[in-house]
Amino acid sequence: MSLEVRGLSVDIGARRIVTDVDITVPDGRFTGLLGPNGSGKSTILKAIYRARRPAAGQVLLDGADLLAMPPRDAARRVAVVAQETTVEFDFTVFEMVMIGRTPHKRAFERDNEADWDAVDQALRRVGGEQFAARSFNTLSGGEKQRVLIARALAQGADHLVLDEPTNHLDIRYQVEVLELVASLDVTVLAALHDLSLAALFCDTVCLLHDGRVVADGTPRAVITAENVRQAYGADVLIVEHPETGSPHLVPRRAGPGASRSAGRLAQPGQASAPSTPS
Amino acid sequence: MPVSPGAAQGNVRPAASRPGGRRVPGGRLRRRDRRPLAPVLIGCAVLLLVAMTAGIAIGSVGLSPSAVWQVVFDHLSGHPDGATVADEIVWQIRLPRVLLAAVVGAALTTAGTVVQALVRNSLADPFLLGVSSGASVGAAAVLLFGVFASLGVWALSAGSVLGALAAMAAVFLVSRAGRQLAPTQLILCGVVLSAMFESVTSFLIFRGNPQATEAVLFWLLGSFGNANWVQLPIPAVCLVVAMGYLLAQGRALNALAMGAEPAASLGIDVARLRRNLLIVTSLMVGVAVAVSGVIGFVGLVVPHIVRLMVGSEHRRVLPVGVLFGASFMVVGDLLARTIVSPQEMPIGVITAFIGAPTLIVLIRRRPYQYGATQ
Repeated sequence: MSLEVRGLSVDIGARRIVTDVDITVPDGRFTGLLGPNGSGKSTILKAIYRARRPAAGQVLLDGADLLAMPPRDAARRVAVVAQETTVEFDFTVFEMVMIGRTPHKRAFERDNEADWDAVDQALRRVGGEQFAARSFNTLSGGEKQRVLIARALAQGADHLVLDEPTNHLDIRYQVEVLELVASLDVTVLAALHDLSLAALFCDTVCLLHDGRVVADGTPRAVITAENVRQAYGADVLIVEHPETGSPHLVPRRAGPGASRSAGRLAQPGQASAPSTPS
Repeated sequence: MPVSPGAAQGNVRPAASRPGGRRVPGGRLRRRDRRPLAPVLIGCAVLLLVAMTAGIAIGSVGLSPSAVWQVVFDHLSGHPDGATVADEIVWQIRLPRVLLAAVVGAALTTAGTVVQALVRNSLADPFLLGVSSGASVGAAAVLLFGVFASLGVWALSAGSVLGALAAMAAVFLVSRAGRQLAPTQLILCGVVLSAMFESVTSFLIFRGNPQATEAVLFWLLGSFGNANWVQLPIPAVCLVVAMGYLLAQGRALNALAMGAEPAASLGIDVARLRRNLLIVTSLMVGVAVAVSGVIGFVGLVVPHIVRLMVGSEHRRVLPVGVLFGASFMVVGDLLARTIVSPQEMPIGVITAFIGAPTLIVLIRRRPYQYGATQ
């Protein structure tokens, strides 16, 4: 049982942005969607949450066609934290999170005990209960991201889709947000920019280039110097994270500084393939 | 895992002591509202009653509030005293006028609130989408060239409603052309087509006779000077039906204010919602414009005043907006016909003149996120 993307292709205008993509998001795991800008990460996510209609392919949730479900039913299973965090109007944090209850409510139905509990719990889970009465727009980027995650939790979905949740955040909040997401008891599919952070938090990753899957599997198997060169066109060293052993990217210089640092760090040829920790 | 640095530092949760935030047994925090809604609603209802009473009592012939209510009760209880001057003034002249002002004020405020959420822009107003300039073309054609003359007193209303609907259809079709109804396209098409309709109105004025031109200019600034009972039912029914639909969509409007993609992920059929909102607001505005002319500023400024009072949650903004928008327009009309009495000023002059400073005072008094912050 899982969230599966099967043979997905998406066109924007006449251009094919995503071509025949297969992704399996195992239940209860954190799956990262990696790839350079324009590789189709966001587009795949948008197809999953109905913001874009795919040209071909399917999104299956526990074997059922997610896109054929009534939108409200789908929204109760898959919640989204989208990239856009600017809100034009002055909503309080509590009101923002309450919006997550939308797919559970009928027209004219008022907020009830269950809704308040859901909002309360969601805010507590992200550690946001102390700013419930504040205006959303007065929060910092990291706090906003927590509130949006709380909204997704209040939605009651067991699948969480995140589109670059750490964008524009500094390193403390990047780690905090991913730590939070990883600690939630839900299945996660997140588009991520930072490969080292992705390796640190994801159970499985899927690397995209030009709208196609280049590699997928464990971070250790996917995040290699060769794959990064192929997908990003960047020359990097891969070292091991000293604590977790997960692959970590070290950028290299091509200019005059290259030889100076090469001797001190490691031999490029050896470092690109991380050894298994004993 | 330290996900809650603020709580760890022992914050006293300032929110819990604020109005609307109270601690309930079991340690659960409940902060449903930034302020309880009921007092605001009751306050606005009282304001509306006071404004309407004043709007009926004050004028070239002054009446006491009790005399006003006496006439109203006599009529409602089925025993009107049609012979007195007070009865004539209250029932035939001022009451329909005040009621019409209230309905139009409520309709423009509601439409403004919805259009701002629809295009996700707090500078939007209900006339942005071309409805008013379309109505102006129709009205100018009636006033200047006697179009629809066979319809008698209905000619002006018919002309402006037809103009409004034509404009709505044009904006709708042009901005949709092959794609989704995206906010930017909608605004752009509205603005561009408005400019085109306005040039048509200008052309009609240019070609029309000078006496009728004054009537057109007066109509363009808005007035309730010709209000009567016959004009009331259609805008009132439109307002009630539209409010019914919009209140049912309160949560969907909140979701739409987050953006099209978040709304889609919350299970909203965004394309259908946008289309319905456009139709509902255009009808409300078109009908309002037909009976009162183009009264600017109400649809832009009153939604902001209401949001300052109760926040942006649409299930709160819409009902409060109806009452407050109605009060605002009734007071505006009262000023329009008394300030330079015995002459009558166009109400559009008044609404901008009191609306702008009111909003500025409110913005300066409280931190208000009226626009995008990034």
